[in-house]
Amino acid sequence: MPPPAASSRYPSPSQPSGKSEVTDLKSQLRQLAGSRAPGVDDSKRDLFKKVISYMTIGIDVSSVFGEMVMCSATSDIVLKKMCYLYVGNYAKGNPDLSLLTINFLQRDCKDEDPMIRGLALRSLCSLRVPNLVEYLLGPLGSGLKDNNSYVRTIAVTGVLKLYHISASTCIDAEFPATLKSLMLHDSDAQVVANCLAALQEIWSLEASHSEEACREKESLLSKPLIYYFLNRIKEFNEWAQCLILELAVKYVPSDSNDIFDIMNLLEDRLQHANGAVVLATVKVFLQLTLSMTDVHQQVYERIKSPLLTLVSSGSPEQSYAILSHLHLLVVRAPFIFASDYKHFYCQYNEPSYVKKLKLEMLTAIANESNTYEIVTELCEYAANVDIEIARESIRAVGKIALQQYDVNAIVDRLLQFLEMEKDYVTAETLVLVKDLLRKHPQWSHDCISVVGGISSKNIQEPKAKAALIWMLGEYAQDMSDAPYILENLIENWEEEHSADVRLHLLTAAMKCFFKRAPETQKALGIALAAGIADFHQDVHDRALFYYRVLQHDVHVAERVVSPPQQAVSAFADTQSSEIKDRIFDEFNSLSVIYQKPSYMFTDKEHRGPFEFSEELGSTSITPEVSSDIVPAQQFEANDKDLLLSTDEKDDNKGLSSNNGSAYTAPYESSNISSQMQELAISGPAASATTTQSSFDFDDLLGLGLSAAPAPTPSPPLLKLNPRASLDPRAFQQKWRQLPISLTQEYSVNPQGIAALTVPQSLIKHMQSHSIHCIASGGQSPNFKFFFFAQKEAEPSDYLTECIINSSSAKAQIKVKADDQSTSQAFATVFETALSKFGMP
Amino acid sequence: MMISQFFVLSQRGDNIVFRDYRAEVPKGSTETFFRKVKFWKEDGNAEAPPIFNVDGVNYFHVKVVGLYFVATTRVNVSPSLVLELLQRIARVIKDYLGVLNEDSFRKNFVLVYELLDEVIDFGYVQTTSTEVLKSYVFNEPIVIAPARLQPIDPAAIFTQGAKRMPGTAVTKSVVANDPSGRRREEIFVDIIEKISVTFSSSGYILTSEIDGTIQMKSYLSGNPEIRIALNEDLNIGRGGRSVYDYRSSSGSGVILDDCNFHESVRLDSFDSDRTLSLVPPDGEFPVMNYRMTQEFKPPFHVNTLIEEAGRLKAEVIIKIRAEFPSDIIANTITVQMPLPNFTSRASFELEPGAAGQKTDFKESNKMLEWSLKKASVESFAYLGIVGGAEHTLRAKLTFSQEFHGNITKEAGPVSMTFTIPMYNVSKLQVKYLQIAKKSSSYNPYRWVRYVTQANSYVARI
Repeated sequence: MPPPAASSRYPSPSQPSGKSEVTDLKSQLRQLAGSRAPGVDDSKRDLFKKVISYMTIGIDVSSVFGEMVMCSATSDIVLKKMCYLYVGNYAKGNPDLSLLTINFLQRDCKDEDPMIRGLALRSLCSLRVPNLVEYLLGPLGSGLKDNNSYVRTIAVTGVLKLYHISASTCIDAEFPATLKSLMLHDSDAQVVANCLAALQEIWSLEASHSEEACREKESLLSKPLIYYFLNRIKEFNEWAQCLILELAVKYVPSDSNDIFDIMNLLEDRLQHANGAVVLATVKVFLQLTLSMTDVHQQVYERIKSPLLTLVSSGSPEQSYAILSHLHLLVVRAPFIFASDYKHFYCQYNEPSYVKKLKLEMLTAIANESNTYEIVTELCEYAANVDIEIARESIRAVGKIALQQYDVNAIVDRLLQFLEMEKDYVTAETLVLVKDLLRKHPQWSHDCISVVGGISSKNIQEPKAKAALIWMLGEYAQDMSDAPYILENLIENWEEEHSADVRLHLLTAAMKCFFKRAPETQKALGIALAAGIADFHQDVHDRALFYYRVLQHDVHVAERVVSPPQQAVSAFADTQSSEIKDRIFDEFNSLSVIYQKPSYMFTDKEHRGPFEFSEELGSTSITPEVSSDIVPAQQFEANDKDLLLSTDEKDDNKGLSSNNGSAYTAPYESSNISSQMQELAISGPAASATTTQSSFDFDDLLGLGLSAAPAPTPSPPLLKLNPRASLDPRAFQQKWRQLPISLTQEYSVNPQGIAALTVPQSLIKHMQSHSIHCIASGGQSPNFKFFFFAQKEAEPSDYLTECIINSSSAKAQIKVKADDQSTSQAFATVFETALSKFGMP
Repeated sequence: MMISQFFVLSQRGDNIVFRDYRAEVPKGSTETFFRKVKFWKEDGNAEAPPIFNVDGVNYFHVKVVGLYFVATTRVNVSPSLVLELLQRIARVIKDYLGVLNEDSFRKNFVLVYELLDEVIDFGYVQTTSTEVLKSYVFNEPIVIAPARLQPIDPAAIFTQGAKRMPGTAVTKSVVANDPSGRRREEIFVDIIEKISVTFSSSGYILTSEIDGTIQMKSYLSGNPEIRIALNEDLNIGRGGRSVYDYRSSSGSGVILDDCNFHESVRLDSFDSDRTLSLVPPDGEFPVMNYRMTQEFKPPFHVNTLIEEAGRLKAEVIIKIRAEFPSDIIANTITVQMPLPNFTSRASFELEPGAAGQKTDFKESNKMLEWSLKKASVESFAYLGIVGGAEHTLRAKLTFSQEFHGNITKEAGPVSMTFTIPMYNVSKLQVKYLQIAKKSSSYNPYRWVRYVTQANSYVARI
């Protein structure tokens, strides 16, 4: 295709207008065409260069096509290359003239220099002229068999080019089959990589109408083939490695050993200096472990450091790409990054697109332990020279305030913003204070006293003005001059350009009227009159409605316009979790950058590697797919490595021991945050039983209680289900969501403390009381357990954290329950069971 | 990973090279791109992000020496892959041209086309190895005189300062023949550390990080194997400890948080004796990137005071102290500080006898600027800041309006940029650089150079 015409907007003084120069070139080329004079190649080079440079800047030089072809009879490779470049650019537009080039290209395809053979073949395939495809078949066929690997790599890509010019010709010539055999047998890594790329593209496109292509496409994901690639991944260059890793992402592992094998094979790819290789590897790891919560989290911990290194070692652009992916991970699992918040502080010289991402990440990460520091840092940015970033920072503080329970300190900071007396700071802050008051009306007192001091004259931005007006109406009783400020604003009705502000003004005047009628009556009258006469339809309608409802009955009007305040508990999330999952499935793609799933910004044929999930609609499928296969093995792995110690865990993170198998097994189960991190899964039972398997629960634990466990009679108040089941993920989720309903401390009898030294003893004991352990850990003297139990009759769960200190012989328990009214009853059961521990 | 087009635009938006690989993107993409980048936001303040989508076409770009390197595609590709590729293409071109700038680009565009043909075929990356590409490139580079070296070029940082360094050597092309007809056997290993420090208003360190690179450029013939030995007490990963736990990092040795390596690096004996071995490919490349948050001594201490001095007046005092040994000289130091918005005038008072210092008040963005540079080529006496030295700047500000708030909230933070050759804060060292010998007389030049640069060096007030 011809290059685009030069920009007319930004003409360069050096650019010639075109026409006469091209004519000039034409005649000069013609003179040289037949010449055999010495030094003619040098003159040709100069002319060719001129042609190419015109082509680059967008001057149409297609009219010299014939002359260029005539001049191409040369042995000078530099000339040849320029000629090929030219021909490739203009052939499509000049199919007839292209025929002229076929001859010399075909001849060059048989040259004894492999370089020339390769170049000619590449140009031949790049002509993109449908009626010339018959001339491609011969050279392509011999190119694929060429003894030089350079020629073969070009021929393989040539097949793909042919497919795009004429799919049927390519298929009929059975080129895909040839590529497949090359892919499996060629000794050159780049040939193999190109075969893979070409076959993926061809079969994906064919798959829509050919069952065989569908099968072939599937076969690329077969276990032997995946391992064939992964085992020799280091022979490929970094770009081809990315291609292979993209393939591996789609592979469905047969069992957990398979998963760990792949992860161990790829472990050192995380140390690659090329961010693309690292991200592709990360994607493989994340996708493989989706069904294994524990390992999945281990992966998060493992990839954190390499990604942070990439963020700081590349150009700002590269950092941005990596940071966007970290952003996704941070939003998905904020607790894992909670202690790394300082990495996401903004540096003053970073581009604003990087700063914005970081601000969002800081917002996501903020929790009880780091909020103070994060908010302090964000407050520094509020004075930033970059106004946009200053605004974003204030919004970030507001978002953090809205997601925290203890907003005391944050409110103070927000109010300090108002004292900065910068218009945009005040404007942003007002909007936030409004949102905050909607969620926490109890703060009204502190806020209102400050807000009341703001002069409405200093606020110009509609959003901020609307917020202030809303507060004036809502808290009219607390702000002594609210009616007068409103009156002032209403008097300037004509100058108020924003309809939104006028709407708020109407409502606020109404609310104020209900609270302080005598002072507001006049202003309300003016507002309603102005509103009814307003050109804006909504303003007009609302004013008329208010007027009529007031006419009808003032009390009804009050109930309608100013009902008792109700705190907003949650603001609508802008993105559904379904969409977020979809983006996560499209990790390492533009979806992450745009924060949109691919169907929102690409047409179907260009969706790339993600098209396969198309038919499955919007549900995220990967977890289900692999969980069908994995549970049994996962259970085995859990069992085997039950006691993977903390030390080993640390080693896994270190560089030195990564050469072995870092991912032998899951070692912990938690989303619950750090408190569960030191714990090892003690009972595989929980996850195993959820899969409705029929095997005996107790036998699995190897307790030797083949008969039904003999639970000691529970207190009559509460009967627990001896076969309760809860998978770790559900446990974590509940533990996070439920409040602590009970905290107690019990003494443990000496026999119990002694029995504690026997591994698993307490777990087995509690089990016999229908209280099941889901995770345990710790070292003497402190032992920590997480238990769960379920009501006999209904699926109502009790979750318990139990910390036993063996030196003080005390047990501390925290209980969380679905049905909180019965948590005391449960605690009694728990205490009874615990008191019998160690008793014969 | 299919790329549709690759092009390079000048700062004014002219095409310097343009290559269409797949003919999927409609024409006019260069203008669409340039218009979008130039007018990303009406106010012109925000920079366009490196990746954006216009009408279903994804545009990727990186800026190198003021030029836009752009790729387009319709496919949902890996963003890092494309951005990494664009950087790599720039590096390969630099390896061939010696110096990368618009001029050298325009003079050598045919050579660049040759490279582009081999780097990408039908949108798929084939290779970005300077070494591999050598056999496919037939144009001789037209070399630009290194005297026209731009100061932004990383090679330039070594050419300044007291130590004489063959700084121009790294600007020679990997293929160009030396005018003298013989190639000098030499290898450069540069340890470049960019440091970021944020000081709180009370002067303690809020955050600090070192981002380092060991960069190599080899002009050795015959691809001998190289061994690089790093500090024996080098540790990687901080175990279970919190990365920001400064108190516990009193221990010995250099502790890196994390690092990564070029694919040619073999780590067989890295665990046992901290040596890296590799056969360096042609061209410039990072052997290892590392990141460190271990406590280090910041090279400069900054002390700032801003005080109201009566109605419509205030005084600013900035004091910087160089906290490194006196045989080290830092150069190209600039100190910047945003002043209150209502500042109308600033008059400066330098310490007596200050040479080579310049002060400025930029009215447009209310920025105070103080630079301490090599005064001129002739004055050998003053080259920058000598270790241990302390310098003070006093500025008297005049305001256009009265102000009642807290003045410290209206000004600052103070930021610094500097370069300190032959100094690195991490204490990471190349203990030795061993070249597998071809013969007993073979003794190529080995240059191991250190440099510390400010990335984000900020003191709040």
